[in-house]
Amino acid sequence: MSETPPAIEVSHLVKAYGGVTAVNGISFTVARGEIVGFLGPNGAGKSTTMRILTGYLTASSGSVNICGVPVATQPDEIKRRIGYMPENNPLPEDMRVSEYLYFRGRLKEVPRRKLGPRIDEVLEVCDLKRVRHKIIGQLSKGYRQRVGIAEAILAEPPVIIMDEPTIGLDPHQILIVRDLIASLRGRMTVIISSHILPEIEVTCDRVLIINQGRVVAQGTPADLRREIFGHSTYRLEVAGEAAALLAAASRVEPTLQITEESVPDLHGFRQVTLTTSRADDLGEALLRTLLAQDVRVRALKRAHPSLEDVFLAATRRSWDAVAAPVRPAAGGNRDRGPEIPTGAS
Amino acid sequence: MKHFLTLLSHETRMLLVSPATYIAATLFLAFMGLIFTKILELYSGTPQELSPASVYFQLFWLPACVMVPLLTMKCLAEERRLGTIETLLTTPVTTTEVVLAKFGAAYFLYAALWGSTVGFFYILRKFSGDARYLDSGPLLGGFLFIAVSGLFFVAIGVFASSVTSNQSVAGILGCVMLATLILGGNALSDSTWLQQGVLKPVQSVIEYAHVFGHRDDFARGVVDTRHLLFYFSGTALALIFSIFSVEAKQLHA
Repeated sequence: MSETPPAIEVSHLVKAYGGVTAVNGISFTVARGEIVGFLGPNGAGKSTTMRILTGYLTASSGSVNICGVPVATQPDEIKRRIGYMPENNPLPEDMRVSEYLYFRGRLKEVPRRKLGPRIDEVLEVCDLKRVRHKIIGQLSKGYRQRVGIAEAILAEPPVIIMDEPTIGLDPHQILIVRDLIASLRGRMTVIISSHILPEIEVTCDRVLIINQGRVVAQGTPADLRREIFGHSTYRLEVAGEAAALLAAASRVEPTLQITEESVPDLHGFRQVTLTTSRADDLGEALLRTLLAQDVRVRALKRAHPSLEDVFLAATRRSWDAVAAPVRPAAGGNRDRGPEIPTGAS
Repeated sequence: MKHFLTLLSHETRMLLVSPATYIAATLFLAFMGLIFTKILELYSGTPQELSPASVYFQLFWLPACVMVPLLTMKCLAEERRLGTIETLLTTPVTTTEVVLAKFGAAYFLYAALWGSTVGFFYILRKFSGDARYLDSGPLLGGFLFIAVSGLFFVAIGVFASSVTSNQSVAGILGCVMLATLILGGNALSDSTWLQQGVLKPVQSVIEYAHVFGHRDDFARGVVDTRHLLFYFSGTALALIFSIFSVEAKQLHA
């Protein structure tokens, strides 16, 4: 019995135009039912990759398969398998919402007798029933985004591709869109790009970070933290000698090291950063040991790099790799891992 | 061509709700009504050799150069400006279907507007009570010329709209291309310098593409297959270039 092919399979994808290589050898796979976030700075090649996935643009080289069907040779088949919401969600200004969905449903080959009930369903899911007879040009940004999402899921395609679906929305609308995308989990494969990193972290099972046309990191947010930072960090506010602190901390984990130390405040407390290669949480054991060893501790917190930190570190790392001259030996920079920004908690 | 009818009905509906369509229609009917009134005034004053229908179609070029760009300038340029061409072409439709549907809707409207001017002749016939005013030969020939040449003119308008994302540029470009085709051939057809040996082939091409000459033949009841071939092949060529233009923009997006 043959295995079910993954929903999206991209291999060594390259897209070059006008002397610019927008996408440079990207490879990744998305399993069926997975929600994947696509991150990258402006001009990283996110939208170009998404357009190639939809068959709208052709790749210079490499291959893309959607549900096992090659995009390059069977673009028409691909278009039946995807729901696409482009960047800025372009919509016709002078059509009514239900009229637009009916037209798109007909183009997407939804049978006429099923189309009416399906439109009612997506209007309900996207909370658009109140505006179904309104002209799209008169709708607010939030409603327009939801019309775009309703259109993408209308024909119940196995793969949904959305380019920045939450851009320009207020927090309440973002919450609605996030719930909407989360409701698709398991039923449809969703690939979304966004600049709102907490959104991606909450909604997506996996994250792909792309920069300068290359995938610079991929995995779950937790995997990425481990991969990019490679260590755990603890911030403490302690009083007393650094040597005593280190001696006490070594009893818990010998690899713990002081990497940062501030000047003492009026009460003699200073902020100390301890790092270790151990991934599991040592917070409680560390606190107990320090107190048992009579180290004065006022605060202890495990630094938890956000996806934003991961994103910045991963993209910075890729820029460094391009800007720096090639060195024969692996530099200490990568081994040490990037610094966690001071603001992280 | 599975989605052609869906696209055609959508495009026609969109044209019918567009204010530009009604501006074009009003201008056209007002202008043609004025011409018709002037013709009647002329005929009531002095006897004329030609029938009113023949004279009526002599000024076909003015609405063709103005109305066709007004009807077609929006079709592809607006889709590209708004970015809706991307959502349209990521559904299972082909570029050919999209271009043909837009062409079909614009042509339908162009033909419908010209068709509505049959009413002028009907009113004349009804109120004059004289069947001679309704000279069916030139009338049918004239409308046949409008129908056949309209295919080519509208296709040129669609092509102009396919090369830019700016409606105004598309409109001006369409107007210039139509004026060059219709009036350029007429202006050059009488040039003596074209009759010199080397330029003879050029003159024969201009003669072949002489739209005013075609109109006169149609009005006389002469339906030459060469004329038909000229308009049909021109239409096909303009539409093929429109399809290429949309696809080329995609390739270089």
